[in-house]
Amino acid sequence: MNASAEQEPLSAETLSPAERARRRLIGWMLGVSASVLGVLMAIPLVRVALYPLLAQAAANPWADLGPEDDFRSLTTPVRRVIQIRKLDGWRQITAERVVYVTKGADGKLEVLTAVCPHLGCEVQWNPDLGQFKCPCHGGTFAPDGRHLSGPPPRGMDPLPLSVENGRLRVQYEYFRNLVPTREVMS
Amino acid sequence: MSDSPMAAPPNSSPPRPPASGLGAWLDQRTGWKQLLHEFLDERIPGGARWSYVFGSGLLFILLSQVVTGIFLALYYVPSADHAHTTVAYLVKVVTDGAFLRSLHAYGASIMVILLVIHMTQTFLFGSYKAGRELLWVAGCVLFALVLGMAFTGYLLPWDERSYFATAVGTNILSEVPLVGQWLKLVLRGGPDMGTLTVSRFFVAHVFLIPAALLLFVGLHLFLFRKAGPAGPPSGDAAELRRRAQTFYPRQLLMDAVMALLLIVILAALAHFRPVSLGPEANPADTQFIPRPDWYYRPVFQWLKYWEGPLSVVGILVIPGVLGGLLVLLPFYDRRAERRPGKRPVATGLFSVVLAGLVALGAISYYADYHDPAIAAQLRRQDEAERRFMEQPFEPEAQAPAAAPAAEAANPLVEQGRQIFTAQGCVACHGEGGAGTALAVKLTGIGQKLPPDELARLIRHPNARMTAGGMPPFPLADDQMKALIAYLDSLH
Ligand code: FES
Repeated sequence: MNASAEQEPLSAETLSPAERARRRLIGWMLGVSASVLGVLMAIPLVRVALYPLLAQAAANPWADLGPEDDFRSLTTPVRRVIQIRKLDGWRQITAERVVYVTKGADGKLEVLTAVCPHLGCEVQWNPDLGQFKCPCHGGTFAPDGRHLSGPPPRGMDPLPLSVENGRLRVQYEYFRNLVPTREVMS
Repeated sequence: MSDSPMAAPPNSSPPRPPASGLGAWLDQRTGWKQLLHEFLDERIPGGARWSYVFGSGLLFILLSQVVTGIFLALYYVPSADHAHTTVAYLVKVVTDGAFLRSLHAYGASIMVILLVIHMTQTFLFGSYKAGRELLWVAGCVLFALVLGMAFTGYLLPWDERSYFATAVGTNILSEVPLVGQWLKLVLRGGPDMGTLTVSRFFVAHVFLIPAALLLFVGLHLFLFRKAGPAGPPSGDAAELRRRAQTFYPRQLLMDAVMALLLIVILAALAHFRPVSLGPEANPADTQFIPRPDWYYRPVFQWLKYWEGPLSVVGILVIPGVLGGLLVLLPFYDRRAERRPGKRPVATGLFSVVLAGLVALGAISYYADYHDPAIAAQLRRQDEAERRFMEQPFEPEAQAPAAAPAAEAANPLVEQGRQIFTAQGCVACHGEGGAGTALAVKLTGIGQKLPPDELARLIRHPNARMTAGGMPPFPLADDQMKALIAYLDSLH
């Protein structure tokens, strides 16, 4: 619209050095305050997005395995599917997990998780072999869960047990895989 | 600084210091300095003014709506059976969830307010004239799109308030002659409001309207830069040009102050008066009195006056004529005069319509307040909402899975179950043959296939089973018998 000659006095390139310095200073101030403000405004967003990680993890759930007496005369490990109630975001779900009730070396009842300590496949009890066998890479375990052969770095993992009113209860946990020592993961 | 020998073309570029460093490297490849110059050195006739901050304020709120909306979507599920639970989870459980939702909800209101100010100003200053017709039309489209965003977003929480307001809002459509009924069906996804309505509104709110909005914001900004700022309505053109200032730094600073003000207002509202969520929509609730959000109150009140055969006039003709007059304004108002005082008809008409809308809204609130029955019911609704907000979050309960089948009474079946486990069938076909992602379910298979057919398939799987990863199981006859007895027992 306007002749470019008329615009000349305003163009940035014709500004005096002092004016240039002023513009640069304002630019810095704007940039810094916008960055600080941007970080501040991002805080609630990050808190919303990371809520599932920051929230206090619920204690591992306990599940019922039935009357303790049922397991007294156990001769081989038995497979049980336990149901655990847990929160999955906004839903309350029932998750199913596989455990084996067996007897430890000392003859006491023990409950082993079926999750293989190698890469997490579901270990199967093989009655013909009299051993636990993992279908994925062939790891084998004794009836009490001791590691016998194959790639798993340790034996099968026992779960915390309790007896309440004569009923056997187990607390389901996950363990860190691929390490020789047992570490419960929260 | 001395001119470098590689001086830029004579018309525009400033003499550059010798190129070095990251900035120069990037500039050679992107030309960002030129872009920044284009962006910041836009000249404003008559200089920077506080009255120009509303357009950029709108842009800022739009940005905020986009960002907060994306984070809301992290927890939202657009279906009638989960929408309310997920919003309740966000508001009651997720840290800062209520704050975030409030920012988004108040953002919508603030956007409407800023839009009205921006439009009023453009009208009064006559800034739609002199080659800015398309800029004005694009602005009108943006206004409609923002109202569409407000309408579709309001339903999404699926609480009583939003459900009933939207039920009324979509019912109004059926007043439109010929296509009205059909429009309503399309919008709702059926004769009733339901889960299809939620998905439709969600898609409109999150994909369709935002796409159009971004397109028209781009167009609006482009046309604005093409035409240049209109400057104040009065004053000698040459004098205004002489007093012109570049956008940077003064106007940009003013815009930044506006953005800061908006942040403070939004954050304060969201923090001190968080938006509440009501009980889940209950279509069977016949008591509920629907009321739209404040910006739809004038229209809501207006529609009350039009019933019977004349309603088409009130619902379609009058708003249509007014809307048409508004959109086409720059095409028939072609005088160069921009001062509001010298355009009494335009200024008068605009003020009357605006005042009428404000009055309608006020009457609507006043009428509710003074009708004892309505006032009492509205209070009950607010009370129910407050109570709902106080209750702890209740997760959506999934029915517990059926208790694991009691150990089989039949020893053959029990033996079969052990084979099923030991052979690894369970790994793919699932506990109790319930099926997994890897293989089909086996429940009821005994009713579908005779035992010898089953035995044959287990020993020699057919091509489809083999392709699915089923190996042959050469079981002895007695083992096979037990396994089939077990399969028969699965329901
Ligand atoms: S996962 Fe069990 S052996 Fe590899």
